Amino acid sequence: MSLEIHIEKKLPEFSLQVNFTSSGGPLSILGASGAGKTMLLRSIAGLERPDRGRIALNGRVLLDSAAGIDIPARERRIGLLFQDYALFPHRTAEENIAFGLRMFPHEEQRRRAASAMQQMHIAGLGHRYPRELSGGEQQRLALARALATEPEALLLDEPLSALDTHLRSRMEAQLQETFAAFPRPTLLVTHSIEEAYRLGRELLVLSRGRVAAMGAKEEIFRHPPSLEVARLTGCKNFSSARAISENSLDAADWGCRLRIAGSFDKPPAHVGIRAHHIEFVESSHADANENILPCWLARTSETPFRITLYLRLKNDPNAAEVSLLQAEVLKRDWETFRGRPFPWHVRLAPDSLLLLPE
Amino acid sequence: MDWSPLWISLATSATATAITFLAGLGAAAWRERRTGPAMAVVDGVCLLPLVLPPTVVGFLLLLVFGRNGPVGKLLLSFDTTVVFSWPATVIAASVVAFPLMYVSSRAALEQVSPNLLEAARTLGASEWRVFREVALPLAWPGILAGTVLSFARALGEFGATLMLAGNIPGRTETIPIAIYFAVEADDFRRAVAWCTADIAISLVLLGGLFYWTRVQARMRGAGAAR
Repeated sequence: MSLEIHIEKKLPEFSLQVNFTSSGGPLSILGASGAGKTMLLRSIAGLERPDRGRIALNGRVLLDSAAGIDIPARERRIGLLFQDYALFPHRTAEENIAFGLRMFPHEEQRRRAASAMQQMHIAGLGHRYPRELSGGEQQRLALARALATEPEALLLDEPLSALDTHLRSRMEAQLQETFAAFPRPTLLVTHSIEEAYRLGRELLVLSRGRVAAMGAKEEIFRHPPSLEVARLTGCKNFSSARAISENSLDAADWGCRLRIAGSFDKPPAHVGIRAHHIEFVESSHADANENILPCWLARTSETPFRITLYLRLKNDPNAAEVSLLQAEVLKRDWETFRGRPFPWHVRLAPDSLLLLPE
Repeated sequence: MDWSPLWISLATSATATAITFLAGLGAAAWRERRTGPAMAVVDGVCLLPLVLPPTVVGFLLLLVFGRNGPVGKLLLSFDTTVVFSWPATVIAASVVAFPLMYVSSRAALEQVSPNLLEAARTLGASEWRVFREVALPLAWPGILAGTVLSFARALGEFGATLMLAGNIPGRTETIPIAIYFAVEADDFRRAVAWCTADIAISLVLLGGLFYWTRVQARMRGAGAAR
């Protein structure tokens, strides 16, 4: 079970150049809008023709530009879940599913449609038209329709983006259940870091048409290979960095020296730290520990349970916005130190630092 | 009273509408899948009969179907001719009605979301099935409106018909031509009778179209309200 992708396609802004192999299990493709994610899925499904490349699915060649092979979408046996579901508005739910089952006799189509709806927990809605279904039911129907054809791979384009928050977590559970039961290559495109992490086993970070990182998601989040990947995986704080010894660096934008865990593999160009990895420590510890910096609160931004603190590292009210350090803490924790006198002290723990080579 | 202009008009319009339906829809479906500068020329040629004076269309048709025209010569080799015969009324009406069918079908097919067509392809449907089972049903309201407009245009055709088919009572004399020659011959009562008949047919057509679009709108409204 594997999906091998080598494609090149010129786009107006940049060119899509993607090479990777997915061997079953869900792969999340994370990227900013316009990074080429949707174009990548469409090329695999056969709805776009790459300029050059080769695509093989479970050993079956779907595209080989050198050999002149380009299997049309209808023969690729790839299920594609569209962002807007693309349900046929003039067909009932059951007829939508049966559309992909034309090779079977009528009775068998009905039986398979019913079983697909059962699996997606929309049994009994077969006679309804898509407009008579809720957003979540429409999504389940689209998934049922794609899976009923027993595709050899499943591609999902921003599957949760059209749902409200409440439905989103329920659909996410549905997708996890579906993925577990579908042992074939599954690609999921998203611009949400949380979705990418929760739904994928592996992660591919796409940036301006190129694979910026690919591998186990835990590894990419712990050790992003570049500034770009660190940023796309949600890191908010960066400084340019210069090694000053084998285990310490000078962070120019933060105006401090930091010790790192272990020693450098490659000389770092930047150093980063995730907002929730910044620790607040008692002032009395300030001298005793390393990687501790004084800071002043510039402003805050609240969500129901968390708060983001924007911190100045110099006591200068005119400090540039970009030099502010963003720390994210639970409100419960914030209550314990919000009354302390300034400067506060933050610790940038050596093993939380992201070292980013050029 | 001689009712033949009514039957000739209805038979001509119905036949021309059937031809225009297939040709206009076929051309629109063919055009829909293509892009490029050459397509602007295709659009221009398809719309020409709409903007040219009917006499120009009639003259061009004479050049093609006349004794010395390419099609006329071909037909002569089978010992037949269409000029000044009933088929000529059908040809003239089809050509002038074609642009309306083409434009309406194109607009109707264009508003079908490309996602739906692509979804159908990923579900294994052939291009014919994609057209027949997804594009056509969803574009149907616009296509039907185009068909009604084509029928109305064919019914009202005068200039090109007169040039290509002439005025042969009982064979090529349609209602508009009967009216013209009635006025010409000072037969005022006959002119009024045929005008009344034409207005009645047009009102029935427009009323039917209006009623049908209202029914459609109500059905869509009910769906959207959920």
